[in-house]
Amino acid sequence: MVDSGTASLSFSRLGARRLFLLGGVGLIVVGMVFGDIFAVFILHQNASRVGANLAGAAHAALAGDSAAVQSYFQNVGAFLENRGTKVDTHVHMIDFGYLALLLAVLEPWIAFSAGAKRRIAWTFLTGAWLLPIGVFLIHYVGLAGSPFKSIGWASVFADLGGLLALVATFACLAGFWKHQRLPERQTQKDQLLAACVTATPMLLTGGVLLILLGFFGGAYYAAFDLYRHEAQDFANLSDMTSAAAAKDAVTVDRVLNEYGQLQGDKAVKIAAHAHAIEFGLLAMMMAFFQPLVNLSERWRRRWAGILLLGSLMLPVCVFFELQYGLLAGAFADIGGFLVILALLAMWIGILRYGGELESSASQPLGANQT
Amino acid sequence: MSLGRRILIIGGIALALWGMAYGLWYAVFAEHQALETIGGSLTSAFANAADRHLESAHASLGEYRAAKYVYDRQVDVHGHWIGLGMLLIVLGIGLDRVIFSESIKSLLAIAAFAGAVLFPLGVLLQTVDHGNLPRVVAILGSVLMIVSLAAFALGFARARLASK
Repeated sequence: MVDSGTASLSFSRLGARRLFLLGGVGLIVVGMVFGDIFAVFILHQNASRVGANLAGAAHAALAGDSAAVQSYFQNVGAFLENRGTKVDTHVHMIDFGYLALLLAVLEPWIAFSAGAKRRIAWTFLTGAWLLPIGVFLIHYVGLAGSPFKSIGWASVFADLGGLLALVATFACLAGFWKHQRLPERQTQKDQLLAACVTATPMLLTGGVLLILLGFFGGAYYAAFDLYRHEAQDFANLSDMTSAAAAKDAVTVDRVLNEYGQLQGDKAVKIAAHAHAIEFGLLAMMMAFFQPLVNLSERWRRRWAGILLLGSLMLPVCVFFELQYGLLAGAFADIGGFLVILALLAMWIGILRYGGELESSASQPLGANQT
Repeated sequence: MSLGRRILIIGGIALALWGMAYGLWYAVFAEHQALETIGGSLTSAFANAADRHLESAHASLGEYRAAKYVYDRQVDVHGHWIGLGMLLIVLGIGLDRVIFSESIKSLLAIAAFAGAVLFPLGVLLQTVDHGNLPRVVAILGSVLMIVSLAAFALGFARARLASK
């Protein structure tokens, strides 16, 4: 049944849209904080261990010890698995947050009752938290107490989380499909999409420009770096094995150094490209919810500006990390901190929201909080 | 729902679902084998170097290069289809704030959707054809995407100027 007779915004205290929105921003903030902790305390140390083991494998080849080569590559595999689960935790939390924001925008177009939509939102959020926590624990829980041969309890709970999120997303799609088939007069009208405060076009324009910047970065990388990097990756490994076979330790060390530089160059360029686009998309999605951020117009504008500044600083500084080292890294971290701070401020503003938009439905939209 | 919004939202959802389905298929049937080939061939290249079998080492590296070339592109395609699908949905939701005529907005929606389909498709085709055609498809897709996005940015900026 469609609740077309109820308030058009459906943003009650525990309404589906508020759950998706607060849960989504919460997931993004926690995912970003986790990413920062991971980058500072695990990522660099892990990369050093991978590099050290690759160097160990090259030197074992130099010494003619093929058993040691195998052992070093097994270590590389283990460190990459540890890294992989941390990256997956970070990425899945943020991506589920984005999906929750999208579902929050689409919520009035999902033609189910308010109660059904609330249950769908809780199901989605349960899954969206369960999956990354389960993935994070895979490395630590292993196969302890598991009745399965190769799948541990952490994996089982991660998969269950994925299933819950999937079921909830499909339910939303079914509701959206149902809405498309309803006659126009029975469908809900969404005031939020028509409402406009100064921060809305600011975040929309800034977000699209950030995405464009990311696209240009990606296009430049594909045109000028991708094939060069692939060729150099092969050349470095080829030189390494040739030098090891010829017992030329000086060349092995030189090429190992070049290989490390190449991996760093690749990582910062891809990270800059991806982060610019992700932050652009985040800014665009947050733009739609600005009328629900219960802060003064001036502060809404300020937080939107801080979000855009941090979103620009982080990818640009990451891009220059190889040239300027720790200085650029520190500014990238400040950029990330600004984004987290702005998101938290908006989250608190949304939490404070008490239905002003609905109560001022008869007034010009967006004029109620200036 | 206007034609432009319909193309962006329905097209975006379809593209994101397609990207997820492709990712699921890839994770179940191809990724594990690809990673085993990459790791195994790299290990055997260094082990052959340790045994001073340089020709075998280089053959293993060739295997590593081919497997990694395909793996990188297949993973990229999965991520790009989903990411571009989400972008289309967000653009569709915000289409009312783009200050252009309905016909221009529909045209932009078609261009963005075509770009979002073609760019990853071109990248995917590179795994089966090393000629120029897949690159042309990928470049055409990325140009369509960048040009339409720049026009959306202009449309949003016009709305901002109009609201001042």
